[in-house]
Amino acid sequence: MSARTHDPVGREAIEVKGWFGAHRYLLLRRFSQVFFLVLFLLGPWLGLWIVQGTLAASLTLGILPLTDPFILLQGVVGGHRAELSALIGGLIVLVSYSLIGGRVYCAWVCPINPVTDAANWLHRRLDLPKGWQPMRSTRLWVLATVLIVSALTGTIAWEVINPITMLHRGLVFGMGFVWMMVAAIFLFDLIVSRHGWCGHVCPVGAFYGLVGHKSLLRVSAANRAACNNCMDCYAVCPENQVISPALTGKPGSTPLILSPDCTNCGRCIDVCAVDVFAFTHRFNDHINEPADPIPAQNPQAT
Amino acid sequence: MPSPSKPLSPRRRRFLQDTARMAGGCVAAGSLLAYLARDARALQAEALRPPGALPEENFLSACVRCGLCVRACPYDTLKLAELGMAAAATGTPYFTARETPCEMCDDIPCVAACPTGALDKGLTNIDDARMGIAVLVDQENCLNFLGLRCDVCYRVCPVIDEAISLELSHNARSGHHAIFAPTVHADRCTGCGVCEKACVLPEAAIKVLPARLARSSAAEHYRKGWEEKEAKGAPVVEGIIDLPDRLPGPGTDNLAAPGGFEPAFKLPGAGQ
Repeated sequence: MSARTHDPVGREAIEVKGWFGAHRYLLLRRFSQVFFLVLFLLGPWLGLWIVQGTLAASLTLGILPLTDPFILLQGVVGGHRAELSALIGGLIVLVSYSLIGGRVYCAWVCPINPVTDAANWLHRRLDLPKGWQPMRSTRLWVLATVLIVSALTGTIAWEVINPITMLHRGLVFGMGFVWMMVAAIFLFDLIVSRHGWCGHVCPVGAFYGLVGHKSLLRVSAANRAACNNCMDCYAVCPENQVISPALTGKPGSTPLILSPDCTNCGRCIDVCAVDVFAFTHRFNDHINEPADPIPAQNPQAT
Repeated sequence: MPSPSKPLSPRRRRFLQDTARMAGGCVAAGSLLAYLARDARALQAEALRPPGALPEENFLSACVRCGLCVRACPYDTLKLAELGMAAAATGTPYFTARETPCEMCDDIPCVAACPTGALDKGLTNIDDARMGIAVLVDQENCLNFLGLRCDVCYRVCPVIDEAISLELSHNARSGHHAIFAPTVHADRCTGCGVCEKACVLPEAAIKVLPARLARSSAAEHYRKGWEEKEAKGAPVVEGIIDLPDRLPGPGTDNLAAPGGFEPAFKLPGAGQ
């Protein structure tokens, strides 16, 4: 660790790259989240029916069906053979996310992400203890439980409480008591558990993580030799267990962040003043040699 | 039992502890989720599913709650159940007949829009839809049963004279009028709810109910003798002697008293 560790997160990046440079992917991500939401809202608000439906299933321009494959899977284990249009829609979504990274859905599309990001921002501001931290694999257990319950009850079980589709449907069709659900998630992430919902519990994220297990789009710590141990990437990363293997791996190990938990949010790229990270594809394991013969860091062998 | 010579590794203990904790937590959370999922299958009687909807126990594994049927409905009849509103499982489509009934479009756009088949594509004729069954729940307030000619439910019925007919009977109150009783025929009623919407009373006397509430079922063992007789073309029991029926009044087959059987004395209050 260095003295830089105690700097406010991202201060150095802002000094070097400017505010916009240090928030590039965050802004792009917010733009993407708003974009996908507005696509769905243009119909009910302005009568421009580009996209009909919700995130669960939609029809774009009257021709392109898209279906949430996790909801479809629950329906199948619940005992329903879905029709072709839903299956095609599910397949399109499945293939897309298996290429660009399953959890890209979490960071770039999911409407709950801004809620939990806000909770985390406030959590950091108030310097709260990180609270209950169950294992990261908890969400996989929840995923398995949801599928078992769907099979036993013959329902799409997670849709009874899924805050993602509830919030989205609430915005597109009518909120009801969905605000309470959103507030509950916010408070859970703020007080009970840091990165609790998206990082530990949500089975939708777990599902998309599995979908993107071998996805092409990856963040690489190609320039890891330049790392100055400011720890800012660890501070902003919602799944910061994925960084270490790439950043502080043994010499010769891959610089790619290959964990399916990575959401490809790009905040590590934003917040790094020395540009250690960059987006690339999973076959590019090129490592930049240090310009300086003396490495700036002392990689720890694990 | 572990052998004492080989001490167990703490990692193994840790793994077993974690797994047991997770499994326990998942059973608890899963039970709660199962309870909520089962509970969501209770559909309120006023909430009617769109045409072609699978039976409720199959519907909830088929409907992904996307709302495409709602968008396809040209009359804004269909709504998605909002969280906490308790009409139907959250996010699933329904309509309330008294507010906006189903207009029974010929092309059934809601069914065409459904991506999963929760609304069955096998429904091609809207007259075959069974969203519920109209029941005249309150004869005491129904204007037709009071002897008036309201007839509104009968007139608005899209399957007039088949799903609802007017059955005549004597109006005992006035003594010389008829009662035109609106009568629903369940095998033709689609449950669209136009009759319930149109009922002129402040609270409708005719209501569309789900079939589970609207219908009884005939006992398996029960045979209707007259149907059996007609099917056979002869009495069901052979060798039965058809004894003469002794009925009052002239024109009967009372052989003992040609021209009619007259009782020996008149019961007080009997007769015209």
